[in-house]
Amino acid sequence: MNFTRNFSARINRFKKMNRTDWLNFLVNNAIYIVMALLIGIVILREPTFLSVRTLINVLSQSSVKLILAFGVGGIIILQGTDLSLGRSVGFAMVISASLSQADTYASRFYPELWLTGMPTFIKLLIPLLIAMAVCAIFSMINGYIVAIFKVHPFIVTLGMSVLLYGVLTLYYNSPEQGGQPIGGLSTEYSNFILGRIDSIGPLKFTGGFYIPYLVVYAAIVSIIVWVLWNKTVFGKNMFAVGGNPEAAAVSGVNVVGTFVLVYMMAGILYGLGGFLEAGRIGSANNSSGFNYELDAIAACVVGGISFSGGVGKVSGALAGVLLFTVMSYGMIFANISFEYQNIIKGFIIVFAVALDTRKYLKKT
Amino acid sequence: MVKQSILKIEGVSKSFSGVKVLDQVCLDVKEGTVHSLMGENGAGKSTLMKCLFGIYKQDEGTFHLKGENVNFTDPKHALEHGVSMVHQELNQVTKRTVSENIWLGRYPTKRGFVDENKMYQDTKSLFTKIKIDDIDPNTRLSELSVSKRQMVEIVKAVSYEAKVIILDEPTSSLTEQEVDKLFEIIETLKKQGCGIVYISHKMDEIFAISDEVTVLRDGEYIGTNPIEELDMDKVINMMVGRDLSHRFPPVTNVPGDVKMVVKNLKTRYEPMVNDVSFELKKGEILGIYGLVGARRTELVEAIFGMRTIESGEIFIDGKKLNNSSPHKTIENKLALVTEERRSTGIFEVANIRFNTCSANIKKYVNNFGLLSEKEMFSDTEKQIASMRIKTFSQESLIRELSGGNQQKVIIGRWLATDPDILLLDEPTRGIDVGAKYDIYNLMIELANNGKSIIMVSSEMPEILGVTNRIMVMSKGYVADILDTKNANQNDLLKLSAKYL
Repeated sequence: MNFTRNFSARINRFKKMNRTDWLNFLVNNAIYIVMALLIGIVILREPTFLSVRTLINVLSQSSVKLILAFGVGGIIILQGTDLSLGRSVGFAMVISASLSQADTYASRFYPELWLTGMPTFIKLLIPLLIAMAVCAIFSMINGYIVAIFKVHPFIVTLGMSVLLYGVLTLYYNSPEQGGQPIGGLSTEYSNFILGRIDSIGPLKFTGGFYIPYLVVYAAIVSIIVWVLWNKTVFGKNMFAVGGNPEAAAVSGVNVVGTFVLVYMMAGILYGLGGFLEAGRIGSANNSSGFNYELDAIAACVVGGISFSGGVGKVSGALAGVLLFTVMSYGMIFANISFEYQNIIKGFIIVFAVALDTRKYLKKT
Repeated sequence: MVKQSILKIEGVSKSFSGVKVLDQVCLDVKEGTVHSLMGENGAGKSTLMKCLFGIYKQDEGTFHLKGENVNFTDPKHALEHGVSMVHQELNQVTKRTVSENIWLGRYPTKRGFVDENKMYQDTKSLFTKIKIDDIDPNTRLSELSVSKRQMVEIVKAVSYEAKVIILDEPTSSLTEQEVDKLFEIIETLKKQGCGIVYISHKMDEIFAISDEVTVLRDGEYIGTNPIEELDMDKVINMMVGRDLSHRFPPVTNVPGDVKMVVKNLKTRYEPMVNDVSFELKKGEILGIYGLVGARRTELVEAIFGMRTIESGEIFIDGKKLNNSSPHKTIENKLALVTEERRSTGIFEVANIRFNTCSANIKKYVNNFGLLSEKEMFSDTEKQIASMRIKTFSQESLIRELSGGNQQKVIIGRWLATDPDILLLDEPTRGIDVGAKYDIYNLMIELANNGKSIIMVSSEMPEILGVTNRIMVMSKGYVADILDTKNANQNDLLKLSAKYL
């Protein structure tokens, strides 16, 4: 009943729109229109694009990116940015991989790892926690410096990314045999990340459909992040500090504390993202994660998490990540060459943000 | 019945680098009353408030709240003690909702989560308490008008159970109906025992709402009177305390032929200028008066090419003006001294030389395509001497100068472009009396040399004191154009409210 009424109200609103309204509608939703157009072109060239397989692949390829986007998204809401995301994720990947190699693998990072022989649960949890803790600590340092010394996050995280690369490479090179790609990951670890759900109870999926574990993890994280952002004091403070730091401070919000918490949360998400990414790829080295921040930040801003701070939605980050994955996947599917993929991608980023900014521009 | 004193300020003095800006100021606000604090710009009202809220530390004097000595460390501290200030410029998180702004920093929680429901209900009941019924607590602030946002700020003060609420020029951007609504709210607050400090320049409001009036002048405490013992002349006398005629140099310029014609000018975007037509003569000083929101700044910005023009034309010496962008306008020998000196006037971190030469920088390009420091240096020296700018050297950063001297640098910058028409937007705002006099003198001298000047001003004495004609604007329209000789304060006030 309620739904029907809402729906007819919407239809009515559409009917009442005049030319400028339509123009505004087009501009405000341009990013989705462009996305639809792109998918349309891909389908025209390759009708097989429309398939369950595509859906599953797009979702599972989006999962880690989404988790990382939530991390940097919180920082963008605080009028910041995080250039150290990539190195941070890389560090988490190297840590996770180094602690998760199969004990049958010949050249192990830790030949004698104390985790060997522990229950599976512990073998998975410990690397994850360590990866999260390391990323959280470095990210918290970013947060402290930004909040207390008022250094622009661009600079702080730029420096941090260089520093992290150094620390990460030291760790990577620490085994006696020197640094070499960390592969041969244990089956428990790979299964935990690459596994899939084929049935729920008695219900068996058919038609090649299944749910990858990665998608489940991303869904759980999305729900947690949504609750944190929208239903907790922490989340409300984050939006208030991002929207107007002085107003928040005068009203008694602990601004520095909010900064540190948001950055810490970002670090935790990077840790988780890195843990999943290492398993997804199957190996890690010291250049893993490089430039991941660019995709994550692009997805956020395209999804409406504005650099001016104080605004952003979980659904926006999701839309941004999906847009990019669908785009790359579709373009690969349609045999568009890598060079053109990049040109189109770059164009979309600037175009989307220009349109988004247009909403807030004051016209004179 | 004698009302209890709620906020008592006694003998507060404050000096900045040897200059006394507050001298033994007193203020006694009683509960359930409205106490107006009056004084010209620079009289010390805002400094006093900053001392109260701990932003400045007073040199001497005390603050008592309900008989207890208090010394607030910051606005938050004051708020917790029930002293709240609603600022002219609202400090709010406009991207969030009404209730989120009110409960910011102390959200109610239930089992670890923010209790949206309680927040909504509490906001609703606060609104009911002070009889506001047309604001939905879940609206985003950016969607509300300024007056409603201001009411939200007052409600926030009430939510802290404020005993003293300071309203700083609360009506400056409100319409008449909105002012009535505000006054109703103030009445309600009075009945609930709040003490209200009302800072305003608007006489009719002061007489409509005050119980007592305290006047400050040049940082000195002049006196406190019950409103019944006062009339407008008495208040003006207390505020001004000197004969107006000596504040302005004699207006000796004689306007000549028509220089600029503006015909039915209309801008495209809000706040809009509508159907503005006027003429400006050679060697004339035309004042533009209006209340806040009269869109005077928008008009001069439109003329200068900073706003999109919807329709209408501007002619200079009979030729149509190309003002598609400011640099085109400058080529046509116009200059604009903007209202917001800090944000659109000075280059804060640059020195005086750069600030002096920046509008005319092409002139200093030598044969090698480089800037000639020597010429810039000597021109700046000349400017400093002729404008009587007080500075240690031209290498000093402009932000180290006083407001008056900064303004002289900026006027000098524009004079260097040798303009025919000067648009001055609030040229004397926030500068001291001596510098004001210098600027008036300069304006008259320029007019005598055949320059045409448009001066936007909110200060009535000034607009009556140094202009040839006055154009009064009201909500984007021209209310009337008067000969200054035949104009008086009453007419200006009435005209400025014509289209509200």
